[in-house]
Amino acid sequence: MSRLASSFKPPAGKALIGYITVGYPDIKTTLEVVPLLAKCGCDIVELGIPFSDPLADGVTIQKSSFRALQNGVTPKICLEIARQLRQKVDIPLVFMSYFNPVLSYGLTEFVTDCIRSGIDGLIIPDLPPEEGVELEVITRQRGLDLIYLLAPTSTESRIRLVAEKSLGFLYLVSVAGVTGTRSRLPADLAGFVARVRTVAKQPLCIGFGISTAAQAKQAARIADGVIVGSRFIQLMKTGNLDAVAVFAKSLRYALDEVPRLTLKK
Amino acid sequence: MLPDGSGYFGNYGGRFVPETLMPVLGELTDAYTKAKADAAFWVEFDRLSRDYSGRPTPLFFAEQLTKNGGGARIFLKREDLAHTGAHKINNALGQGLLARRMGKQRIIAETGAGQHGVATAAVCSMLGMECIVYMGKEDVRRQSLNVFRMKLMDAEVRPVASGSGTLKDAINEAIRDWVTNARDTYYLLGSVVGPHPYPMMVRDFQQVIGKEARQQIQDQFGRLPDYVVACIGGGSNAMGIFYPFLDDRGVRLVGVEAAGRGLATGEHAATLVAGNIGVLHGAKSYVLQDHSGQIKEAHSISAGLDYPGVGPEHSYLKDIRRVTYVGVNDQEALEGFQLLCHTEGITPALESAHAIFYAVRLAGSLEKKQIVIINLSGRGDKDMGIVADALKVKL
Repeated sequence: MSRLASSFKPPAGKALIGYITVGYPDIKTTLEVVPLLAKCGCDIVELGIPFSDPLADGVTIQKSSFRALQNGVTPKICLEIARQLRQKVDIPLVFMSYFNPVLSYGLTEFVTDCIRSGIDGLIIPDLPPEEGVELEVITRQRGLDLIYLLAPTSTESRIRLVAEKSLGFLYLVSVAGVTGTRSRLPADLAGFVARVRTVAKQPLCIGFGISTAAQAKQAARIADGVIVGSRFIQLMKTGNLDAVAVFAKSLRYALDEVPRLTLKK
Repeated sequence: MLPDGSGYFGNYGGRFVPETLMPVLGELTDAYTKAKADAAFWVEFDRLSRDYSGRPTPLFFAEQLTKNGGGARIFLKREDLAHTGAHKINNALGQGLLARRMGKQRIIAETGAGQHGVATAAVCSMLGMECIVYMGKEDVRRQSLNVFRMKLMDAEVRPVASGSGTLKDAINEAIRDWVTNARDTYYLLGSVVGPHPYPMMVRDFQQVIGKEARQQIQDQFGRLPDYVVACIGGGSNAMGIFYPFLDDRGVRLVGVEAAGRGLATGEHAATLVAGNIGVLHGAKSYVLQDHSGQIKEAHSISAGLDYPGVGPEHSYLKDIRRVTYVGVNDQEALEGFQLLCHTEGITPALESAHAIFYAVRLAGSLEKKQIVIINLSGRGDKDMGIVADALKVKL
């Protein structure tokens, strides 16, 4: 069982997944914040590789990506940072990258270097399974989990397709839209999760638009994990990580109040 | 027949988009496939192409330009005479009718020079649909006349400040809107770029240019041309005129990209000439990118060519060597622009001026009995400010 899959295995509670953009606001902060997130109760951290044209992201992550690129962050540097983080933390680390930087690096080379750096999984928001065939072969051979996404617009046949392919967990996009904080979760979220649950065996993690402990708790009632990104990025703006720690802990407490055992046996 | 069922032209194309859009693209493909097979759809398209857009556009023998070139006879396919001033109306009309068929009332579009934005605004106004146009902040500034035209036709123009504030960023923002409002919104993409089925669909609506030109030159001259030359940003006017000639092996096709301040400076938009393979805006194609896969900012004096990507079918046609792709820089485009004003009393769009410059030089190297057709994709009224600036004239 992969490190990623085992982090959902009972008696684990609801998974808290934090997203940060590598190199935002600077590289030093990235090296500090990931161990801090692990210490404050994050079970998995998503490391965002910055891209010039992040079309699935809202304003917050667009800006953090832009800043990281200005700081000179490249996929190569992200791999090196991951390698350093792997020596500091035991939790699974997952890369989130748009497809072009990965393609440009070379699919085989990228996957090989991910494994070397201790990366456990890969999320590529603009790579649906139809386009992921080649990368899938390489990631499976080398033992990297390629995590696919589902959205509220996904049809039954697409849910089956994605559920068949996704490894590690399934990333459920809570709302048709881009990343970013929102005042409330969509009303039909439970229905969407239930539709996926009837088909998928993987753990289901909900992301996009979750920015408060209350929303995290609400999402965790129906899912196995919760992904929080933009709110962390907002709190990291100054480089002072106290607020990040407080927020991460508040999410952890909220998730720990939710009864376990939604995973299918 | 390309693209294949997955939307690929050889190695290029596909659907590299967030999951949210995958079902939407599926619906769009189904709707277009049905419309394409429905004779009534094309009757309506042809009627409006004639009565609204003013088709067919003429094929004009440019006698003075020919003399100036000193070689082959040069013909101009007059897309500048189409309604709203460019070939963009063909695609806007086709997709507008498709959106209406699909019951979508909210239309979004991106625009660079503003020509696609104006065409979309016009069609939405005529069909009674809501229209929102995303336009880079830099383009809003340099194409203010077109911004005003769009507003007069009740379109909402949303300036995009992210990135370089040009066409690439306008497309990003339009896609973000689409992801958010996928259920009720139709994205009326303006070029042969983006995820499948857009490159196919936009080509199909634009191929009326090539079909007409192919017929017109045979009617006037009894034979096919030796060369067809068109400018390329995303590549829709070129794809439109090239496509009906693809099987005519004797007809050489030349796509002219914007070499901006010169290929050596790195400040250009010559994606096929100087780029390499990548994924941008949902399709695999040639792109301008740096060593770590970040998309570069393009540069061209003409906003409509200022794009670091290109349609996937052009990438395919480059690889199989059916089309030759070349670059013409800002200065040369300005020369082409003035040359057509002087010789024929026609003010071309700066985009089309790239093709004019190249084609006149090409004609000079050919024999007098040979024929070159230039796709004059748009008129230059929108560019007066930029040209005046470049020529250091105060208006």
